[in-house]
Amino acid sequence: MDATEELVGKEVTVELKNDLAIRGTLHSVDQYLNIKLENTRVVDQVKYPHMLSVRNCFIRGSVVRYVQLPPDGVDIEILHDATRREARGS
Amino acid sequence: MASTSLEPLVDQTISVITNDGRNIVGVLKGFDQATNLILDESHERVYSTKVGVEPIVLGLYIIRGDNIAVVGELDEELDASLDLTSLRAHPLKPVQH
Repeated sequence: MDATEELVGKEVTVELKNDLAIRGTLHSVDQYLNIKLENTRVVDQVKYPHMLSVRNCFIRGSVVRYVQLPPDGVDIEILHDATRREARGS
Repeated sequence: MASTSLEPLVDQTISVITNDGRNIVGVLKGFDQATNLILDESHERVYSTKVGVEPIVLGLYIIRGDNIAVVGELDEELDASLDLTSLRAHPLKPVQH
């Protein structure tokens, strides 16, 4: 799970299972894939003004559909190696 | 892997989005690893496309963790600058697993 820790500090967009999409800076992730984002804005603020006064939030892992990553924000080779190591069980 | 805790939000005003699409605002008093929450002075904000945001006073509540989607730190300054009576929006959709 060190693969996700490499993303801390990057801008990500989290799409939830209720179709809400929240963009922010990744602050932390945990074993349940709960996500803490800072500097958050909802992607469609007109359709979803429900979080206008929220700037930092905790998103429960169970409700995440996707986490959109910056295309150049991740070193694919490092991710690949980390995944191979995880699969091997080390 | 690090733990992402709700500890810094204790005694802060938070905005919770539940799995059934409700928005509940209150002061976080306690939580646990299952994300069960204890919310004091809470009220629900009901959004509608016809009228402004309607508050429903709830009081001291326990919200079960498996019904929680988002816990947001409410910025009191930002919230005060909002005119909730003129906000029109569709209610949030329920979570579909």
